[in-house]
Amino acid sequence: MAVISGARLARAPLLTGALATLIAAAMLLPLAYLVIRVWGAGQEAWDVISDSRTIETLVRTAWLALTVTVASVALAVPLAWLTVRTDLPFRSAWSVLLVLPLAIPSYVGAFAFVSALAPQGLIQDVLEPLGVDELPGIYGFRGAWLVLTLFTFPYVLLPVRATLRGIDPSFAEASRSLGKSAWSTFFRVTLPQLRPAIAAGALLVALYTLSDFGAVSILRFDSLTRVIYIQYTSAFDRTSAAALSLLLVALAMVVVVIEGATRGRARYYGSGRRGEAPPVALGKWRWPALAFCFAVVAIALALPLSVIGYWLVRGFEAGLSWDHVREAAVNSAYASSLAAVAAVLAALPVTVLVVRHRSVGSSLLEKATYTGFALPGIVIALALVFFASNYATVLYQTLALLVFAYVVRFLPEALGATRSALVQVNPSTEEAARNLGKRPWEVFSRITVPQMLPGISAGWILVFLTVMKELPVTLLLAPTDFRTLATEVWSASSNAFFAQAALPALILVAISAIPMFVTVLREREAA
Amino acid sequence: MNAPLLNVQGATKRFGKALAVDGADLQIERGRKLALLGPSGCGKTTLLRLIAGFEYLDDGRIELDGKVLSDRSTFVAPEKRRIGMLFQDYALFPHLNVSSNVAFGLAKGGDRKKRVDELLDLVGLNGMGNRMPHELSGGEQQRVALARTLAPEPIMMLLDEPFSNLDPHLRARVRFEVRQIIDSLGMTAIFVTHDQEEALSLAEDVAVMLSGRILQVGHPEDVYVRPHDRRVAEFLGDANFLPGTSHGSYIETLLGRVETTAPAGDVELMVRPEDLRLAPGAGQPVQIVSREYYGHDQMVTVRLGDGLELRVRTVAGPSIDGELGVEIAGRPIAYPRPTE
Repeated sequence: MAVISGARLARAPLLTGALATLIAAAMLLPLAYLVIRVWGAGQEAWDVISDSRTIETLVRTAWLALTVTVASVALAVPLAWLTVRTDLPFRSAWSVLLVLPLAIPSYVGAFAFVSALAPQGLIQDVLEPLGVDELPGIYGFRGAWLVLTLFTFPYVLLPVRATLRGIDPSFAEASRSLGKSAWSTFFRVTLPQLRPAIAAGALLVALYTLSDFGAVSILRFDSLTRVIYIQYTSAFDRTSAAALSLLLVALAMVVVVIEGATRGRARYYGSGRRGEAPPVALGKWRWPALAFCFAVVAIALALPLSVIGYWLVRGFEAGLSWDHVREAAVNSAYASSLAAVAAVLAALPVTVLVVRHRSVGSSLLEKATYTGFALPGIVIALALVFFASNYATVLYQTLALLVFAYVVRFLPEALGATRSALVQVNPSTEEAARNLGKRPWEVFSRITVPQMLPGISAGWILVFLTVMKELPVTLLLAPTDFRTLATEVWSASSNAFFAQAALPALILVAISAIPMFVTVLREREAA
Repeated sequence: MNAPLLNVQGATKRFGKALAVDGADLQIERGRKLALLGPSGCGKTTLLRLIAGFEYLDDGRIELDGKVLSDRSTFVAPEKRRIGMLFQDYALFPHLNVSSNVAFGLAKGGDRKKRVDELLDLVGLNGMGNRMPHELSGGEQQRVALARTLAPEPIMMLLDEPFSNLDPHLRARVRFEVRQIIDSLGMTAIFVTHDQEEALSLAEDVAVMLSGRILQVGHPEDVYVRPHDRRVAEFLGDANFLPGTSHGSYIETLLGRVETTAPAGDVELMVRPEDLRLAPGAGQPVQIVSREYYGHDQMVTVRLGDGLELRVRTVAGPSIDGELGVEIAGRPIAYPRPTE
């Protein structure tokens, strides 16, 4: 079998194969370099890893990821059920509002919570005359847990909702007709069918939490990312930062493996009928359900937005100059468009190889290009900082290296879009073009690419929007004085210049809201 | 006999461990229309793709007009073969309008517009050049695909299940039109189909393909009436198999003696349902097991005294009650009986 697959790969166009291999190798570079570097450090690296403080940090980080994931699932599953399967009042409004917290980058959310809830923060100011001296602390684990849960739970909500909509009502009806109550039907029939969706969403939440740098830093919670950053910037201890980065990657891998293991062996089929069953009547439970939705939207959406609005007004009143924001916005847009173009171009050869020339070799290549998905931004950034300062000093602190890092991190997003676009291109149109006398390259440019265009532009937009709000890679790799919207929010809120952070934060939220709206619209169409 | 235009010898193609095409031989003379008939999964589409150059041969040789297209050391790229292919799903380019689709394979320069108009005229779609493919009906899409395939003047044409995506009531008409256009150009063509009726009515020659091999090539009637092989007989239409013993010039069966020559020994006699006669008092007495009524005729399943069941096609009539018997009315074919 392996021989046959090898032969098929050999028949894939040489240029495509070579390009795809090169790209996959480039994607593996940061991780490979990190491994080599830590390995080379030998005992020194081992001392860092086996240090009791490292173990504590590791446990703390894992605990944060676990608790955020559990809380997100606990929040998302009932919300999904309420908005899909019940007669909850204003269902469609809640459906949109409950997804929108995802549009608030976690460090923007953290900025909002810190500026509102910190000692001498906004709410303290309001409550002080009423005799409240001290609010529960926002810094540390509690804040990080709250903020990350509030701004990532829609990652679980979206897939669970989609699955709930798609579930064949016949299963539940069969269970009811076999004598099970509505309650026991939910737990024994519906919930198991939601398991893959919950696992997929939980994976995203856990990976997001592990790789989050901005929120934990602003909330002063010493998770691995923050410790790595501190080691790198203040202690300049590169071996230690590299060893900790590798630990973080290992933790992310563990999460990916756990998700894979929970998928189980069952396959879920429907008989083609979709959620036509009448919605569950909530009766008097309607009020607590409404209060629940209202509370989530108030804390996860209304609160941060009003805080940002408050600081924006304060900034205007204080006559703050917004010139630096314009510069940052231009920089952000420039770097993001370059990264999006590079990511889409890099995605094309890989997509062609993976979709049109399936083999053992091509699926390995595909996996390699997905490393960025499990690689926290700070890890990619650090690896490239080390690599460039040792082997490619010309690249150090250049836009090119920054863009490369973005591509490593976000190529999976571009690949997802181009891949689904190519899957929809009928391969017989390509064969027909060959049959009509056109060479492979002409076929690609005249038949394949034009048909993929919607997917290619979707990939471009997705990468562009994601890069706009990226923080740790930008912080570590941007050329000196290259300030972006993300770094503006970060530096202003780390220095407690909250009013200065407001405008860039608002722009970032608006930009991130675009894909959310598209997602919600698509969901509507599908429903 | 003329040298064949297309000559396929011992074509072999494996996918992993599976043998899709297993030493297939096929020749077609210039201007002939051949139907390549076989059940799904028999390798007929793979054979077509080997001829078009979309798959590499593992063994064997394919020649067109005396020139080798594929063998173990040669491979002519599909765009250089000049073998037109009509795809099952038409494969119209969705981002191009009808004219651009048809013009796609034409060389740059020259009077492309005139040629496109001629072709649209030929397939009866004049004036539709600006439509997009999704605005056309299935039958129209197929005609655009046909015009597009014919545009670069291919040496021969391959048609992969060309009518299977059409509604049944359209199929016969479109089939007739396509056949007329191909005839009017004197084009050599291979139609791949799994539909026996289509194969038998459409083509001058039928090649029957089963599990990767071409088992028989001949005139449609010949292949139906005198299948070389029990598997061909079973695939093409309904067939009854009666055990018998050959004595050289005649065969002894449950339904009596049949005058036909076969090597002495145990044989199996293939009798088409329409070659059996069911009538009161005829041949061997039978019992009726079931009856499928089709209007113009009916298929009656009967059981002989020893339990053997036979299928008999008769015109629908009232007279199938009472003491019925069955006898052989046509000319059956004998095969050596498979050794158990």
